[in-house]
Amino acid sequence: MDILHASVLELRRALDCGEMTALKIAEAFLAHIKETDTNIHAFLEVYDDVREQAQRADAMIAAGVARLLTGIPIALKDNLLVSGKCVSSASKILEGYIAPYDAEVIRRLNNDGAVFLGRTNMDEFAMGGSTENSAFGPTKNPYDTSRVPGGSSGGSAAAVAAHMAPLALGSDTGGSIRQPASFCGIVGLKPTYGAVSRRGVMAMGSSLDQIGPFGRTVADTKVLFDTINGYDAEDSTSVPESVRATVREGSVVCGAMRIGVPESFVYGEGVDDDVKENFRATLFALEKAGHTIVPIELSTFPYALAVYYIIMPAEVSTNLARFDGVRYGLHVTGDNLLEDYMKTRGTGFGKEVRRRVMLGTYVLSAGYYDAYYNKATKVRETLRTELADAFTRVDVIATPTSPTPAFVFGEKASNPLQMYLADIFTVPVNIAGVPAISVPSGNVVRDGSTLPLGMQFIAPHFAEETLFAIAESVEKINQSNQDK
Amino acid sequence: MVPYLVFCYTVFVDNEAMKQLALLCRIEMSDSELETLRGEMEYILEYVEKIGELAPADPVFNVGMHHNMMRDDVNPRESGTYTEVLVSAAPAREGDFVRVKKIL
Repeated sequence: MDILHASVLELRRALDCGEMTALKIAEAFLAHIKETDTNIHAFLEVYDDVREQAQRADAMIAAGVARLLTGIPIALKDNLLVSGKCVSSASKILEGYIAPYDAEVIRRLNNDGAVFLGRTNMDEFAMGGSTENSAFGPTKNPYDTSRVPGGSSGGSAAAVAAHMAPLALGSDTGGSIRQPASFCGIVGLKPTYGAVSRRGVMAMGSSLDQIGPFGRTVADTKVLFDTINGYDAEDSTSVPESVRATVREGSVVCGAMRIGVPESFVYGEGVDDDVKENFRATLFALEKAGHTIVPIELSTFPYALAVYYIIMPAEVSTNLARFDGVRYGLHVTGDNLLEDYMKTRGTGFGKEVRRRVMLGTYVLSAGYYDAYYNKATKVRETLRTELADAFTRVDVIATPTSPTPAFVFGEKASNPLQMYLADIFTVPVNIAGVPAISVPSGNVVRDGSTLPLGMQFIAPHFAEETLFAIAESVEKINQSNQDK
Repeated sequence: MVPYLVFCYTVFVDNEAMKQLALLCRIEMSDSELETLRGEMEYILEYVEKIGELAPADPVFNVGMHHNMMRDDVNPRESGTYTEVLVSAAPAREGDFVRVKKIL
């Protein structure tokens, strides 16, 4: 059996019938990481107890208490707390910090007997779209190492794409799972806000953040989502199951769907012609497969990025106030307490983090609050209403995941706004709190490299099943195109 | 003092305001870094001001499925359960306390 290329369900079958052990699987991935990751730099740390974890999983299987992910290796973004392990959000300010407890997603996966391979690289505190903002150097795209893997969960996406892990977890505040999934040719899901517990993920924008899965196939991604999805009484924004069922009612569709396309937004300026062409071709194939394409107008979507760059920095500036050199991590001494704060944060935070903390402080200051934050909150509500209205006419909404394929290192690093514009299609989803998936939809050739493209589907709150169904249709289309 | 924003096509943040912001953010930055950041912030603020083109009505906030999670003030965790793991994360400690500089 080819362990590195097998799907999660194939690994599961081999483990359950005794054809394979969790230890053998873990060793195959460890060996491949050792060989491959010097070129990619997807991992910041490979855990030293992977074999012990695998042996525990083998004991579970032998005892007949195996679950779906028992013995399956998973890579973790470096902002998820695993009790007793280092975790840094790829920031110098947390270098050497040890997590005091398990995140809820980790607790669930531990219960299942999953094997954690290590923590993956990311943009510092999840701020960025390329991993170029990591304090520990960028991750490279496995398709072309002169290009970025996307971000902020770029390490997780690259690890799965390069077969260094069958599954990985990331977090998505404005596109940080879907955009790297698209750049690395894999599947990534941003669940509904409130579906997956945020307890134990380092907060960036608390009204926007969600933890979500990466996989090489839709089915693999769904297995990981099903395990981490669920109510958690210790996350104040987790939604109880009974409420989910009510909200979801009537919005899960698995057969022929009405696919809404916000045409003026998708075919607008700043979107690569190749991306538009791939998107059109995929829609055409979906129509042939029995789905209906419905042109829709979402007039607030073009304003979502502006709303995001007010609300997110505002939340960032408050969330990151806790990094003060007193409670944890780095401490740089000055002449008094104020200087301790200034020097610790001045030394520990990288450029993008400083930029966003400054922006957030600015938009929240007296005299500016109404013009920025208050106004943005109103537009956010208008966008939610408009989207809810659109979902009375369509089952799912399609856009490209990103306006371009993976870009070259440094291409956008000098212009922050250019980097932000890469999130134009993904950000409205976080603003509205709905779920969305990115699924590979084909390739494009740039400077001699074949680069993957992704298509994004957006569904109503808690209708993740709709997303898996439509993503599987695209997966089939993409597969048959590649077989030609 | 941070100057009051005047709506126009360009956003202007002056040097003094940048210094004041950095102080509020508790981040030590050099004058040259603040100068670069000033240009970037003006550029970004100008972009986000496009929401001014919209005139959304005061919305009825649809919090719907989200509400504050309250629990009864009973069964507290036993004192000291997490003391060691939390205090040991602090850069400076004295016994079971986090050590900080004098404030007054």
